[in-house]
Amino acid sequence: MSELSVNGHQNGRGLALVPRAEGKQTLKDFKSDQEVRWCPGCGDYAILAAVQSFMPELGIKRENTVFVSGIGCSSRFPYYMNTYGFHSIHGRAPAIATGLAASRPDLSVWVITGDGDALSIGGNHLIHALRRNVNLNILLFNNRIYGLTKGQYSPTSEVGKITKSTPMGSLDRPFNPISLAIGAEAGFVARTLDSDRKHLQSVLREAAAHRGTSLVEIYQNCNIFNDGAFEMMKDPATRDAITVKLEHGQPIVFADQAVRLAPTGGVEVVPRASLREEEILVHDAHHPDPSLAFALSRLDEPAFAHVPIGIFRSVDRPSYDELMSNQLEAATAQKGRGSLTDLLHGGDTWRIS
Amino acid sequence: MTKQVQQLDRVIIRFAGDSGDGMQLTGDRFTAETAEFGNDLSTLPNFPAEIRAPAGTLPGVSSFQLHFADHDILTPGDAPNVLVAMNPAALKANLSDLPRGADIIANSDEFTKRNLAKVGYAESPLEDESLSEWRVHSVPLTSLTVKALEEFQISKKDAERAKNMFALGLLSWLYHRPVEATIKFIESKFAKKPDIARSNVAAFNAGWNYGETTEAFSVSYEIKPAKLAPGIYRNISGNQALAYGLIAASVQSGLPLFLGSYPITPASDILHELSKHKRFGIRTFQAEDEIAGVGAALGAAFGGALGVTTTSGPGVALKAETVGLAVTTELPLIVVDVQRAGPSTGMPTKTEQTDLLMALYGRNGESPIPVVAPSTPSDCFDIAVEAARIALKYRTPVILLSDGYLANGSEPWKLPEIDDLPDISVDFTTEVNGDDGTFLPFKRDTETLARPWAVPGTPGLEHRIGGIEKADGTGNISYDPNNHDLMVRLRQAKIDGIDVPDLEVDDPSGSARVLVLGWGSTYGPIAAAIRRVRRSGGQVAQAHLRHLSPFPKNIGEVLKSYDKVLLPEINLGQLALLLRAKFLVDIISYNRVRGLPFKAEELAGVIQDVIDSE
Repeated sequence: MSELSVNGHQNGRGLALVPRAEGKQTLKDFKSDQEVRWCPGCGDYAILAAVQSFMPELGIKRENTVFVSGIGCSSRFPYYMNTYGFHSIHGRAPAIATGLAASRPDLSVWVITGDGDALSIGGNHLIHALRRNVNLNILLFNNRIYGLTKGQYSPTSEVGKITKSTPMGSLDRPFNPISLAIGAEAGFVARTLDSDRKHLQSVLREAAAHRGTSLVEIYQNCNIFNDGAFEMMKDPATRDAITVKLEHGQPIVFADQAVRLAPTGGVEVVPRASLREEEILVHDAHHPDPSLAFALSRLDEPAFAHVPIGIFRSVDRPSYDELMSNQLEAATAQKGRGSLTDLLHGGDTWRIS
Repeated sequence: MTKQVQQLDRVIIRFAGDSGDGMQLTGDRFTAETAEFGNDLSTLPNFPAEIRAPAGTLPGVSSFQLHFADHDILTPGDAPNVLVAMNPAALKANLSDLPRGADIIANSDEFTKRNLAKVGYAESPLEDESLSEWRVHSVPLTSLTVKALEEFQISKKDAERAKNMFALGLLSWLYHRPVEATIKFIESKFAKKPDIARSNVAAFNAGWNYGETTEAFSVSYEIKPAKLAPGIYRNISGNQALAYGLIAASVQSGLPLFLGSYPITPASDILHELSKHKRFGIRTFQAEDEIAGVGAALGAAFGGALGVTTTSGPGVALKAETVGLAVTTELPLIVVDVQRAGPSTGMPTKTEQTDLLMALYGRNGESPIPVVAPSTPSDCFDIAVEAARIALKYRTPVILLSDGYLANGSEPWKLPEIDDLPDISVDFTTEVNGDDGTFLPFKRDTETLARPWAVPGTPGLEHRIGGIEKADGTGNISYDPNNHDLMVRLRQAKIDGIDVPDLEVDDPSGSARVLVLGWGSTYGPIAAAIRRVRRSGGQVAQAHLRHLSPFPKNIGEVLKSYDKVLLPEINLGQLALLLRAKFLVDIISYNRVRGLPFKAEELAGVIQDVIDSE
C-alpha cells in the first residue's frame, strides 16, 4: 500500500507503476512559464494553486505526469502546469486520455473538464470512461454555466435559469454529476469546493491513490456569468447548515443534523437529537453496492437543501489498462512473442518455383 | 464410364444462395483449393447488409464470385461461366449477369411452388423453356445430401444445412481441385461437434462422387496452374492484408500499435484481425463511438504509440474534428477508411470511391493531409506500411482509402521478404533544442519540416500542445495574424514536401496518345480492359495513383504528355475535378456509381471509344 493512502482499504495503487521522482519537487517545479489568463476572481485560480502545490507531494516524476483537457475556460488548465499537456477537443478529453493511459501505465493522467465539456458534448465519453475504469483522474470543474461562450445555461444549471439563450428560463432538468457517475458505477466519486484548499487537496490525494477512473466534481465559482452559485456553502452564516462532510467510517452528522436510512429507502436528514447514536448512518465509501452512495448524492434535492462533499464512493476493481496489459502478457506467455515471418507464412501457403 | 476432360485457360464461377446457405464459406473454401492448386485468382464476395433477410427472397441473396486461370489475371471477372444457384431467388438475382451458353447448376429441391412464388416465377424455370440459352444442370442438392447423411445421428435440419458442402464437393470434382485441405478445414471448424464434422465431410465427398459416378456431368475441366513469379504465396483479402501491413509497420517502426476503433461495415474485419495478435504488443480498443476510437488512437500517439483508427465513410465524418487536431498538433496517426456506398448509411456492403474529397478536404480550416490508396487486395499490405512511414516521418495524420471491393476481395499474394520491408524506425526527441536550453516543440526539421516528437516520460521536455494556434517554434498559444499565416503555410508545405515516388506509366508501344489514369481499387478492371484493347491492336498507356496527396511530382508532366486522359472512377468525378483544377488538363471522366467494381469489358469499350475519337 502506498504512503498516499489515508483510509483503511483504499487501494493505493493509482501511482504504483509511475516512476518516483529522485529529488524533492516544489510548487515552483509545476508552474509553467505561461501567463494565466482567466478572469480576475475566477475560481479556477484557486484550483490551479491547490493542484500545483499538491503535485509535489505525490513524489512521482514530473515528466510522467500528463494533463489532458477538452474545451472551455477550465480546459486552459494544462497550459499552466509544467508537465506534459494536451488541450484537445470539446468533450473528447476522456477519450484521448483513455488511449494515452491505456497504452502508458507508467503515466499519471489527469483530465481537466467543465460541466458543459464533460456532461453535455462529452457525456458519452464520460460515462464510458467511468464504466471502463482506465487509470485516469477526472477533475470536473462545475460552475453551472457556460463561461467561454459567454453565459449560456449548462447541463448543471438549475431549471428556470435566465441566460442569453434562455431569456424566459431554462426548461431542462440539470444533471447531478455525482448521481450520474455513481449510476455509471464509477469506482471513485468525490465532490469538493474550489475555495476549500485543504479539503480539495485531501480529495485529490485519494483520487491519485485510486487505481482506475476517479471523478472529482469541484464546485467552481464563475464570478462573471454565475457569481455566487455556491455562496451558500461558503458564507459562514449558511455553510455549516448545508454542507455535509462525508468521511469513510464516520457517522454522517453536521451542525445539529444527522443522516439516517429513510423508511422509504434512500436517506434523509433529521435533527441529530432525535436519533440514538446507532441510528446515525455511518459512511461506507467502500461498499460494493453503489445504492447508498447514490442515495447520499440525492441529499441536495431540492437544490442545495444539503450538499455532501467528500468521497461518496471508493471501490477497488481492476483497471482497464491493467486488464489490457494482462491480456497482452497472457497471449505472449502462451505462444511467445509474435514473429512477422510466422504471421505472414501462417495459413495456407504454396510455393511457385 | 470414362469421362471427358476438357482444358480451359480460365473460369468464372459464382456461388449464389440464401444468406443462410453458407455461400461465403463455400466460396472461401473453393478459393483456398484453387490457390493451393496454383491458379491465379481473384474473388468478389457480394452479400446483403441484413444478416438474415427473409429466406428465399431476392434481398436475401448472397453470392461469391471467383475467377481463376492458368495465367495472371486482374479482376474477379465480368460475367460468370458457371452459376451455382441454391434457390430460385439466387437464380433470378444473377441470371442477367450470365452470358449465353453459361452453365447453371441449380438446386432443384428448392424450386418449390412456394419458393418460386416468393420471387415471382409462375412456373419453374427449370421446367419451361425460359433457360434454353444456358446449359442447365438441375441437381436435387438438398435431397441428395440428406440421403447421403442417412447413417448419421443428426437432425434433418443439420443434414440439409450440409448441402453447401455437397455443392462444394461437386464443383471440386468438376474442376479437379485438391480436397485434403477442405476436409481438414471442416474437421477443425467443427472440432467440438464431431457428428457435424463427419457429416459435412461425408456431404463433401458425396458431392465429389456424384460428379464422378453419375451421368449428370459428362465433362470435367482442367485449368493448369498459372506461371506466376517464383516465391511463396498465400491467398489474402484486402482487410487481412491491411491488418498485416499495420502489424508490419509496428514491427518495422519499433512502436507498439494502438488501434482505437468502432465496429462498422466493411472495416470491422481489420479490428477483428488485429485483436487476434496481442502477442505483437498490439492494443485494440473497441471504443464507445467513432470519435472515441480516433481520440484514443491520438492519445496513444501522443504517448509514443503507432496510433491507428479504422472505419468507413460515416465514421470518417465523425472523426473529422479529431483528425484536424492531429493535423494541428502534428502527431502521427493512421486513419483507415474502407469506403462504402454513401451518402449517409448508403449501402454498407457495397463498394465506392466517393470519400476522396472528404478525405482531402472534409475538415474545418486549412487542414492538409496525406492520402494514400491501395490498388489491389495484397497492395493493402504495402500501403499500410507506406501510410505509417509517412505518418511517422512527417508527424502527420494520414488517411488510407481502401474500399469494400478490396476489403473483401482476395488474390494470391507473393509473400514479401521481411528484410525488404522499409525501416521506418523513429527517434523520439530526448534533448532540448532551443538556444537557451529550452524545448521548442514546434521547431521543425529543416528537411522534412517535421516537428520533434517528445513523449511523456522524457525529462526536461515537458510541453503542452493543443488545438489552439501555436506560435512557430515555442508552440505557445498565439493569435498573432502573421504567425497564423506562417503556420498555415508551414503545415501545407510540410505535406507538399512529402517524398512520394514518381508516377509510373505503362506504355509498351511508346506511341500511345491516350492515357488511362486510375486510383485505388479500379486498378484491376482498368488493367484488364487495357489488355483487351491492346490485344485488339489499340495503343493506350496506363498510370495508377497510389498517392492522392501529395501527388507524385511528375504527375502534371505525365498528364500533359498525352492527347487525352481518361479517368474512370466509382464516383461522379472527384479526382478528375482536382486534376482539372490543379493542372488545367481536360480530363475525360468516366463514372459509374452502382456499388460494384467496373467490368473490364465495359471499360475496354470506353477506352476504345476514346482512342477512336482521336
